[in-house]
Amino acid sequence: MDFSLSDEQRMLDETVTRLVADRCNPEQRRTLIQERSTALSSLWHTFAELGLLAMPFREEAGGLGGDGIDLMLIMQALGRGLVPEAYLDGLLIPGMLLAELADDSQCEQWLAPLLEGEHQLALAWHETASRYDIDTPATRAERSGEGWHLQGRKQVVLNAPRAIALLVTAGLNDGSLGLFLVPADGDSLQRRNYTTFDDQQASDIDFDTELPASALLANGDRLLVALGETLAHGRAALCAEAVGAMEVACEQTLEYLKERQQFGAPLSRQQALQHRMVDMHLHLEQARSMAILAATSLTLPEEQRDYRIAAAKAYVGEAAQFVAEQAIQLHGGMGMTEECHVAHYAKRLILLDQALGDRDYHLETVMAHLDSAA
Amino acid sequence: MNLQFTPEENTFREKVRAFLADKLPDDIQRKVRLGQQLSAEEHVRWQNCLSERGWLAPGWPVEHGGTGWSPVEKHIFEEECAAAHAPTVVPFGVNMVAPVIIRFGSDEQKHHYLPRILNNDDWWCQGYSEPGAGSDLASLKTRAKRDGDHYIVNGQKTWTTLGQHANMIFCLVRTDPEAKKQAGISFLLIDMDTPGISVRPIITLDGAHEVNEVFLDDVRVPVANRIGEEGEGWTCAKFLLTHERTGIAGLGHAKQALRHLKDAARRQTHRGRPLIETPSFREQIARVELELMALEVTNLRVLAAARDGGAPGAESSLLKIRGSELRQRLSDLTRRTLGPQALPFFADFLAGDEDSLDDDQTFTAAATAQYFNRRKLSIYGGANEIQKNIIAKTILGM
Repeated sequence: MDFSLSDEQRMLDETVTRLVADRCNPEQRRTLIQERSTALSSLWHTFAELGLLAMPFREEAGGLGGDGIDLMLIMQALGRGLVPEAYLDGLLIPGMLLAELADDSQCEQWLAPLLEGEHQLALAWHETASRYDIDTPATRAERSGEGWHLQGRKQVVLNAPRAIALLVTAGLNDGSLGLFLVPADGDSLQRRNYTTFDDQQASDIDFDTELPASALLANGDRLLVALGETLAHGRAALCAEAVGAMEVACEQTLEYLKERQQFGAPLSRQQALQHRMVDMHLHLEQARSMAILAATSLTLPEEQRDYRIAAAKAYVGEAAQFVAEQAIQLHGGMGMTEECHVAHYAKRLILLDQALGDRDYHLETVMAHLDSAA
Repeated sequence: MNLQFTPEENTFREKVRAFLADKLPDDIQRKVRLGQQLSAEEHVRWQNCLSERGWLAPGWPVEHGGTGWSPVEKHIFEEECAAAHAPTVVPFGVNMVAPVIIRFGSDEQKHHYLPRILNNDDWWCQGYSEPGAGSDLASLKTRAKRDGDHYIVNGQKTWTTLGQHANMIFCLVRTDPEAKKQAGISFLLIDMDTPGISVRPIITLDGAHEVNEVFLDDVRVPVANRIGEEGEGWTCAKFLLTHERTGIAGLGHAKQALRHLKDAARRQTHRGRPLIETPSFREQIARVELELMALEVTNLRVLAAARDGGAPGAESSLLKIRGSELRQRLSDLTRRTLGPQALPFFADFLAGDEDSLDDDQTFTAAATAQYFNRRKLSIYGGANEIQKNIIAKTILGM
């Protein structure tokens, strides 16, 4: 049992924490969001130069072979800065799927530039009807000559506006799930781009698209195994991001309580507010424990891994919402404003529960495995 | 970073398990499992087993008879004891007064008291709280007036746990009424057989006689029984509160309580199916399971920090708050599992006597008593609200 970081991990932590502090303060963050276009930011290029983009990928896939803790450190730092870059949706999730499923030439074309920061991708999986389930899309792919015809609608495809290609889930005629690689610039894609409440870019996309045979990356069990592993990483990453954002929400709230004078004294003298602040802190520390549990569970056998990941995601989602709502409450009217930085943290903390399965979804998993667990 | 125990720690766990399987008497194990109150003889019989093995005092320095265990090993020991339904060691001697004697006592006091504690010759109880001094302990009024080589002690102590069995009590007393609150307090060891001491039971809402009032009426206590200097009592008391308490989260007990809850919810039927399969109830069990998982990692984080030389500080307040809330929640769900069967109050059975209960009744009899009893967890040892004050002050600087 050891909670200490290795020297390399400490360096990684310091590097990315400093980078985020230097390059993504509230003002810089606003600029990053305003100037966001299809061209990737200089911050993203710095990530690439520092090896942060290659960190979570296997060495055989051109990565640096980082483990769950490395990923946790990166995501925690990104969460602290509320960095408006799609590390999770534009890099980690599509990248892991490519690394597992694509052939050499596809990796060369799509994965290598991804890790070098030359382009981003996105995974188009979400449909309203299937909600958080990834394996039951209404989108279909039919054989069409040598290739495929892909038809259906994907919604809230995070990072799609910046993605050069999309990985798209679709049901096949044999009843299996397939994953297709679709260049994002085709005329056959009808899309509506928008931003989310938590400053992400996303699209709704209608596909009615002819694809070559090689577009099918994988289907069936091979795909499900890769998706399972990828989503586990994504969920662990979200837990870590939440912890980073909760840290800052707690810090800023505490600072505000110490500064804000009412009734002739700082608010921090009010015992009711002290105890609320302590409750936020307790939620943060428990969530941190769960994020650690998630990060150290990624190499476990599938069933054990998914149980722990589900437990962590369910727990962190709830804790994050508590911290977010209390941060707003303790900031009073200021917490309701766009101008107040903590409000942006609150928005992200609340909405990240709805990424890759919310607390109810994951609690169901925990409930299903309750008997075998303890 | 990893959450695995080392091979050595796993070997240690096996050793503890083997010891418990071998030495824990069946009759005592059964009573603990069923939630019956233990007699003094049963407590002492078990603690003698621990003494013989040299495991009664894991928190002591080795030279005084401690085990030399790391914080992680102590945690493993506590967890295995709870899992095996071993009685909790009565803490007042070995875990409370002894560390104070070791830290502040004279050589003579150490030589006299420590071996007697290790040998279970003395049964200690705690004279801290008073009717007018609970969370605000420093406002205590029990007065010790110097009279030559003695103090004359007058006052009243309360919530004295298992004082009915005790032959010794350690007391915080006011030796200087003029001094500022904390400064006038001294730490005295008092023989319960001294004339002027009387003990009166307090029956708690679970029907148990666990705590007592202790009245002190012109009790003559030798000055030699004072630990530390006159007026240093508050330092001793504070030391006790910050003394490393690996078990404060009660994690072993919580794990055992969760196993018991699941077991009860499997046995109990609801519309012909095990209650544990009812989604609304199952969800509540899942939620306590999540809280337990988080608390376990938090506890390991604190243990690892303690092992690596970090001082356990306000984190133990965090563990106390969340641990007590969790255990209360578990006892709540266990009681609710039983439905109307939670209502019967079999007082004799709970007090530890044999009774003509059937198997189902013996399994369920203690649930409600334990639910009421566990309400104490968020009150004693510094109420949870006091713990929050501590965190606000020391961690958050508010």
